[in-house]
Amino acid sequence: MQGNQFYFDYASTTPVDPRVAKRMIEFMSVDGHFGNPGSRSHSFGWKADEAVEKARMQVATLVGADPREIVWTSGATESDNLAIKGAAKFYESKGKHIITSKIEHKAVLDPCRQLEREGFEVTYIDPDETGVVSLEMLKKYIRNDTILISLMHINNELGSVNDIEKIGAYTRKKGIIFHVDAAQSTGKLDIDLANLNVDLMSFSAHKTYGPKGVGALYVCRKPRIRLEALIHGGGQERGFRAGTLPTHQIVGMGEAFDLAKHEMQEDNKKITKLSRLFWNEVSEIDEIYLNGDMKNKVPNIINISFAYIEGESLIMGLKDVAVSSGSACTSASLEPSYVLRALGRADELAHSSIRFSFGRFTTEEEVKEVAKTTKRVVAQLRELSPLWDMFLDGVDLEKVEWAPH
Amino acid sequence: MAYSKKVIEKFENTLNNPSAFHVGRLDPKAKNVGTGMVGAPACGDVMRLQIEVDKNNKISNCKFKTYGCGSAIASSQQMIEMLVGKTLKEAKKIKDRDIAEILELPAIKIHCSVLAEDSIKKAIADYESKKA
Repeated sequence: MQGNQFYFDYASTTPVDPRVAKRMIEFMSVDGHFGNPGSRSHSFGWKADEAVEKARMQVATLVGADPREIVWTSGATESDNLAIKGAAKFYESKGKHIITSKIEHKAVLDPCRQLEREGFEVTYIDPDETGVVSLEMLKKYIRNDTILISLMHINNELGSVNDIEKIGAYTRKKGIIFHVDAAQSTGKLDIDLANLNVDLMSFSAHKTYGPKGVGALYVCRKPRIRLEALIHGGGQERGFRAGTLPTHQIVGMGEAFDLAKHEMQEDNKKITKLSRLFWNEVSEIDEIYLNGDMKNKVPNIINISFAYIEGESLIMGLKDVAVSSGSACTSASLEPSYVLRALGRADELAHSSIRFSFGRFTTEEEVKEVAKTTKRVVAQLRELSPLWDMFLDGVDLEKVEWAPH
Repeated sequence: MAYSKKVIEKFENTLNNPSAFHVGRLDPKAKNVGTGMVGAPACGDVMRLQIEVDKNNKISNCKFKTYGCGSAIASSQQMIEMLVGKTLKEAKKIKDRDIAEILELPAIKIHCSVLAEDSIKKAIADYESKKA
């Protein structure tokens, strides 16, 4: 809580854990280890390099990887770009077909669109109505020239979870590269890359109490996955990604992932409890829909459509609560959430959706207060809604002749 | 969305005290009531505006309900405020840009004020068709 503001948007970003911030400061100024980790000729460089390699180990440890498989990037967006464009370009002689899903993050969809412009063919699969893409669904679209499949582990709007273990086992057998965007996963679900057949995995620091502006890409060594670099320069990161390494950012990510390793269980226990409490309270409201499947999603994300009211007005009504909406009115494009539409939700339910997401610093009092406020504001907005009137009168909204403008 | 203070104030007042801010409905079948409903749920906004007209062709009462974003709700409320006590002739002259100006609507939200103008036009047309 900040002033009277409740932060319920952890899936968007998390605050940096104070323990992480404290470590980061040690790598910036003249009395700290500010050296360039690439400087091989003096102790300033060595100290910085040591810190970078420690962080690499911390990140690798959380996800069960070898530190040599971790490439630093500026964030999950860059990791996704490097994985998708880098693999597509390197392996294009084997084929030019890529599969992904319609509910991926834009950081996956936009590189795919770019590859289409460059002559690749991309299949965008519809998920099921809970936001999941299964192996069976994928199999229908796999072709001889499919070189790459990119799927997210946890969906950022719904919290739905894909079975990457099962999918990976199949793609590995088929020799198709499997990229997983795991920006939402670290500290929420166990990831053991040593036992997963995933070839490329994207990570972000700032979704896991680390700083913004840093991320990592896991590049599998066995089998060895090759990529064409996007950024060329000083040959850092074994040529995968040039540019002076931002020591303090990397140290922050390492520290944050180390905390996640040790505190994940406790965090999740608490968040699961808060999530249940919130849903128990809010589900007393009539005519609401949980987007996603309670049985197959992470507890930190709860996405609800409140029928007959519009999401942006709900956000305005919940003025002391920071949340996200799938409403068109909160986006620059005036389009409602493409994720909810891909689930087959009617546009009006996409317009009326709110994503509540909880985290390490959320308290029970906050959850109770926000649930209470949500109940009040939903009732107030329905009082204002002609659609709610019509619903109470038993009018079938599907049969009304609307006057779209 | 960076709204003006006016939009936020209107929205909050309406939310917290609906009856004082003309939220409600009139009997759509009454002879002296005109109803205009515009928009569509799929587009994210539906506005229902109702006017009650007295013997002197003046708007004596107004009610509205709006499903939509904050600026759609503020725009309908603003429209209503400008309607009460006006003759139908005067009401027809209220333009979307008048509302947009008063509320300082951002460019991307101009359609909310257009919706308000469309709804009053429809309400008047409905009333006049009953008289005809």
